[in-house]
Amino acid sequence: MSEHDITLKVNGRTYRGKASARMTLVDFLRDELRLTGTHTGCEHGVCGACSIIFEGQAIRSCLMFAVQADGASITTVEGLAEPGTLSVLQDCFWETHALQCGFCTPGMLIASQTLLDKNRLPTDEEIREAISGNLCRCTGYKQIVDAVKLAAQRLSGLNAPVKSDG
Amino acid sequence: MKAAEFDYARAASVEEVCRLLDSANGDGKIIAGGQTLVPLMVMRLTRPSLLIDVNHIETLKGIMIDSDAVVIRACTRQYDALNDVALAKALPLLAKGLAMVGHPQTRNRGTVGGSLANSDPAAEICLLARVLDAEITAVSSQGSRVIADKNFALGAMTTALSSEECLTEVRFPIWQIAGRIGTAFDEMSIRRSDFALVSAACQVALDQSGVCRRAVVGIGGAEPSPLRVDAMEQRLVGTKLEATDLAAAADLLRDAIDPITDNHASADYRRRVARELSLRVMTVARDEALAARN
Amino acid sequence: MAEQNFRYISKKRRPKEDRRFLAGSGVFVADIAIPGMLHVGLVASPYSFARIRSINAEAALALPGVHLVVTGEDIVAGTDPMMSGLDAPKLRRYVLADGIARYAGEWVAAVVADTRAIAEDAAELVEVEYEPLTPVTDPEQAMSSESPPLHPEHGSNILFQKKWVWGTVEEDFAAADHRIAFRARWHRSSTVPIETFGVVSQWNQAQQLLDVWASIQMPKFHDLLGRALRVPGNAIRVHYDVDVGGSYGVKRGLKHSILGGYLAKRLGVPVKLMEDRLENMRGGDAQGPDRIFDMQAAFNNDGMIRSLKIRALDDCGAHAGRAPLQLGKPVGAICGPYKVNSVEYEAISVTTNKTPQEAVRGFGQAPTNFALETMVDRVAAHLGMDRLEIRRRNLITADQFPYLIPSGSTYDSGDFHTVLDKTLTAATYNDLIKRRDAARAAGKLAGIGLSTCLEPSGGNSAFEPLFNPKNETTTWMEASTIKVDPFGAIVVIMNTSTSGQGHETLAATVAGEILERDPDTIRVLHADSLSAMPSNSPVGSRMAIMLGGATAGAGKKIKASVTAIGAKKLGVAIDAVEYRDGNVVLRSDPSKKVSWEVIVEIAHRKFHELPEGMEPGLQASFVLEVPTGGTLPDATGRVQMYPCYAFESHIVYAEIDRVTGQVTLGPYTVGHDCGVMINPDIVHGMTYGGIAHGIGAALYERFLYDDTGQLLSGTFMDYLIPSSHEVPDVKIIDHCTPSPLTAFGQKGSGEAGYLGGPAAIACAVNDALSPLGLKIAELPMTPSVLGDLIATVENKRT
Repeated sequence: MSEHDITLKVNGRTYRGKASARMTLVDFLRDELRLTGTHTGCEHGVCGACSIIFEGQAIRSCLMFAVQADGASITTVEGLAEPGTLSVLQDCFWETHALQCGFCTPGMLIASQTLLDKNRLPTDEEIREAISGNLCRCTGYKQIVDAVKLAAQRLSGLNAPVKSDG
Repeated sequence: MKAAEFDYARAASVEEVCRLLDSANGDGKIIAGGQTLVPLMVMRLTRPSLLIDVNHIETLKGIMIDSDAVVIRACTRQYDALNDVALAKALPLLAKGLAMVGHPQTRNRGTVGGSLANSDPAAEICLLARVLDAEITAVSSQGSRVIADKNFALGAMTTALSSEECLTEVRFPIWQIAGRIGTAFDEMSIRRSDFALVSAACQVALDQSGVCRRAVVGIGGAEPSPLRVDAMEQRLVGTKLEATDLAAAADLLRDAIDPITDNHASADYRRRVARELSLRVMTVARDEALAARN
Repeated sequence: MAEQNFRYISKKRRPKEDRRFLAGSGVFVADIAIPGMLHVGLVASPYSFARIRSINAEAALALPGVHLVVTGEDIVAGTDPMMSGLDAPKLRRYVLADGIARYAGEWVAAVVADTRAIAEDAAELVEVEYEPLTPVTDPEQAMSSESPPLHPEHGSNILFQKKWVWGTVEEDFAAADHRIAFRARWHRSSTVPIETFGVVSQWNQAQQLLDVWASIQMPKFHDLLGRALRVPGNAIRVHYDVDVGGSYGVKRGLKHSILGGYLAKRLGVPVKLMEDRLENMRGGDAQGPDRIFDMQAAFNNDGMIRSLKIRALDDCGAHAGRAPLQLGKPVGAICGPYKVNSVEYEAISVTTNKTPQEAVRGFGQAPTNFALETMVDRVAAHLGMDRLEIRRRNLITADQFPYLIPSGSTYDSGDFHTVLDKTLTAATYNDLIKRRDAARAAGKLAGIGLSTCLEPSGGNSAFEPLFNPKNETTTWMEASTIKVDPFGAIVVIMNTSTSGQGHETLAATVAGEILERDPDTIRVLHADSLSAMPSNSPVGSRMAIMLGGATAGAGKKIKASVTAIGAKKLGVAIDAVEYRDGNVVLRSDPSKKVSWEVIVEIAHRKFHELPEGMEPGLQASFVLEVPTGGTLPDATGRVQMYPCYAFESHIVYAEIDRVTGQVTLGPYTVGHDCGVMINPDIVHGMTYGGIAHGIGAALYERFLYDDTGQLLSGTFMDYLIPSSHEVPDVKIIDHCTPSPLTAFGQKGSGEAGYLGGPAAIACAVNDALSPLGLKIAELPMTPSVLGDLIATVENKRT
C-alpha cells in the first residue's frame, strides 16, 4: 500500500529514506537507518527500551509510525555524546555500573537525560518517576538512580562557583 | 507485532480530517498521540484502512481558560496540560488527575482528546470529564455538535462519536458557585503507572458555615465507563460532610455499583475499593475545602 | 572477615563491557542484518489442546514476498525431536506441533517472507483446521489416571515421580514434640528479559556450515542443535559474541534455533527469527516453576527442626523442557541453612495444557526456599517463638563447616549468624519493630519479613544423573584460554556468551590479578562454538567460580612459563627468581630482572632462549572441573549437587492497605556472603536486580491461565514487571566467608536476592496479616488476592 518518503534529522544529521505507512519509527531507525542503539522490548508501549528524544521530549518510538515523524528532529542514544566520547550521564552510568545486559540502557539514558535537561537536581523520587516507564530486569534500578544523582551533582558542580574552603 | 497495512494521510486542517474520514467509508481512524491506538494496531486488534494524522493541525492544540471553563483542544499533549499553571489554578482537580496519567513518556506524546476518544474504562481523563461534566465538541463534514460527557462514553472503548467525526475540544466548566472548593483524585493501580483498577475523583463546594452546596464523586475503572451515583451526591449536599455522611454516601455507591471482573481483580474487590477510594477522595476534598481561604 | 591482599579483585573497578552498551553500540541479535536475509512469522495454535486436521497454506504462499510455509510434517521429516533430559524415550517434542497442539500459542506453522510484517500477513492467511480436545490445566487433576495424557505414547501426564528418604525420617517424626503440615503455592512466573529471544541462521552450502547468531545462554546448545538438525556439531558455528539482552536462565531458544537452522538450510538464505513479545510470553517456552509444596515438619519444644517431608508437585506445562530437572537442583540445599537431621523429598513433574517452562534463575531453588522459610515461620508461630530466635537456633553454626546435609551435599563454608546479626544491625531491627508496632497501633497492617537462605553455586549438573540414571554426567567443566602477543598484549578467550553478568570484567580481573597486569589493558573475547574450548555456559551461579577458576588456572600456566623463561635468561634456577608485575626478578638481588617485554619477545621469537621442552609463543588453556564434581549419586540419591554455598539474610518492612491489599515495601536490607567478590559493583548489581525480580515473583508477576488453558497475562500490560516505583531502595551488607574450594575464595552470586527475596516478602506480609489471624502461603500476593483475603475478616468485623 502506501509508501512514503521520509526525511528525518537524527542526532544532528539529515537522513532520507522510504517507509511503508505501517513501519514504526523504531523499526525505521533500526532497520532503515541502521541506528540499532534504540531497542524494542515489547512493541506495545510498556517497556521503554525504544525511548528516543523526539522534538525535545522523551517518547516511545514503537508507538509512532515513521511516516508521522517526517520532518522531525530526533536524538537517539547514539547522539547523546560526541562520537567516541561519553556524556556526563553516560560516564556516571559507567561509574555506578547502572546496567548489566545493556538492553534497557539506551532507554534509561534517554529518560534520565531528559529529566536532567529539565531538572538539574532531581530528588530520588523525581528520578524514579522519570524512569518509571522504562523497565529494567537486571539492576533493580538502584544503581541507575545512583548514576542519575551522580550526574546531577557533577553537572551542577560544573556550573557552581569554585569553593576555596574545600 | 506489525500493524496490518493501511494508508496514511497527514491532515492540515479539521476540514481535511472530515473529508478524509468521509472518504474512508467508516474505516478511517484518527491518530493523535497513538499511545492507545498503536498497540491495538500492532496487535492487529484494530485495522483501519486509512490513518489520519492530526498532530500537525495547530487549531487542535492549546488550552484556553476563562472564568467559565477550561477548554482543552483535542491534540493537546497530556504533558502540556499537566504543566499548565493556569489550568491547575482554575481546575485543580484536572491537574491532580492528569498527574496520574501513565508516565512521563506517554504523557509527552499522549493527548487529552485521544484519551477521551479511546474511552478506556480506567483512563483518568475520562473520569475527569465525567465528574466535571465536560462538554465534548465533535466535528464532521455535516457540522459540529457538543456532546455532554454523560452521553459520551457508551462502554469500554466505545463512544458516541461516529466514524466520521473528529473530536476537536473538550470543555471543563468551572463551578460558578460562591464558597470554598476542595478536590481530590486517587486511584488504585497495581503498579503505580498502570491503569487503575479503580480510580476516584471528587469535587465539593462548601459554604461559609461548612455546609456542602455541591458535590460530585466519580469512579473509574470499576465499570465499563466512569460512573457517578446521583443518590450519593445528593446525600452529601446540605450536610457538613461529617464522617457519617461520607460513609453513608460511600455505602450508596457500594450498593449501586456493578463492577467488572478481570484477571487483575474481582467485582467484589472493585466494589470494596470503589467504596474506600470514594471515602478517601471525599475526605480529602472536604478537608481541602475547609482549609481553603475564601 | 577474611581479607586477602588482592591487587584488582574485590576492588571498585569499572566493568569492561559497560562502555559499549552506554554508547549504544552493543550488538544484540536483533541488530544483526545480513544482505538477503528473510524473516520468520509464526502460526500459533489458538487452542490449548487440539488435533490438527489440516493445514492449507495456499493463500499465504500466494502473497507477494512469501517464500515458504512449513508445518509440523516438514519438521518431523527433516529434524529430530528435542531431548527431555528424562528417561522417557516416548516423549517427542518438535519445534512445530506434530499433529497435536498441546498449548495455546504452540507453533503450528512457520512462514518465511521478505519482511516480518509480510510474514505476519501471511501467517494470518494460513488456514488450520483444528479438532479441539478437552484440556487439562490443573496439575493434580492431570495426575489422575482418568485424565487423558497429553502425550499418549508416554502413557501418563506424570513425567517424573520419585521419593527419596535421607536419614531416619519416620523415627524423627515419631520422636518429635510437634508436627505441622501445610501447603505452599508458587504460581508460574519467569525471568522475562526485556529482550525477547531471537536467532539469525545462515547456511553456507559450499562450506556445509550453519552460522548461528542467537540470544543464547545455554549449555550444550550447539551439540543439541546439531543433533536435532542431523548435522555434526562441527557443521554448526554458534557466535557467542552476540550480546544477550538479559536471560537469568531462560534464553535457551533451542526450539527457535532448530527452526531457524532448518529454514536457512532448506532455503539457502539467511533467516531471522525474532520473537515478538506476544510470542515470547505464550510461545517462547520460557515460563518458570509452577509448584505446589506439601510441607511437613517435625520439631521439638525448643524450636529445633528435626525432620522434613517435602512433596513438590510441578506443573511443567505441555512439554518437559527443563522443568523436571528444576525439581532436582534443590536437593543440594533441601533443608536450607538449617541443621535438619533427616529429609524426605518427593518430586513430581506433570504435564498440563500450558506453555512449557525453561530454566529460571535459581533452577527451582527460589520456590523451595520460599516453602522452607514459610515452614520455619509456621513452626515459630506454632510454638509462639520469635521468628528470629528460631532461625538462630536452627542455623548451622560457623564451627560446623564443612557441613554435610542429609541429601548428601556438603556446604563448603559460611558464618550465617554473623551475617544475620550484621543485617539486623544495619536494618536497625529494633527500630523497625517499634515502627511496626506504632503503625499497628495506628490501625495499619504492618509487618517485618525476614529470610535466611542459601544460594548453591558453581553450576554442576548432578541433578541429571539423579533424575535419569542413564545419564552419567559427572563433569560440567569450564575452560579459559589466555594468549599473550609478541608485544605483551593479553587476550582472554572465554567460551560462551554473556548476558549481563560481567564475564569480560571477571575474566580480565582474574587474569590481571594472576599476571599482575592491569585488567583494563586485557581484552576478553568470546570464542565461537567451533573454536571454543569446553563450556557449560553461565548457569547455576557458576561463572565466578568456573570461568574465574579456569582463567586463574590458565594465568598460572602463563606465569610459570614467564618465570621459567626469566630464570633461564638470568641463568639461574627457577626457585631463585620470582614473578613481579609481569617481570622476573632475582630473589637475592631484585635489581636484577628480566622485563615482561623481553620475556614475551623470547617466547615468540627466540626459541634458542626458551627453556628446553617449552612450546614457543605464550598461551595457555585450562579446563576446570567443577570443584567437588566427578561422582554419581549413590543408591539412595545422595549427591554433592553444587560445590559452593552463598548465604543471604533479608529484612524487609511492609505495610498492607487494608482495603486495596496494596503492599508497600521498605526499608529493605539484605546481608550477603558470597565469599570473595571479584567485582563488588557487579555482585551488588545482580543482588539488587535479584531482589527486584523477587519482588515481582512475590507481589506482581504471574502467567495466569483460565480453565481452558488460555493465557490471560500475555502482554506487558498484564504481566507486571516491577518498575522503579515498586522496588524500594535496598541496602546491601557484605560479608565474606571465603570458599575453601575456589581460586580466590569466591562463590557464585548470579541468583542473589532472588533466592531469599520472595520468602522475606511473604514473611512480611504474613507478619502484617497476623493481627487479623490470617496467613497466606501463595505467591504472587497481588493486591486483589490480599484484598479479598483481608475482606474475609474485615467483613465479619463490620
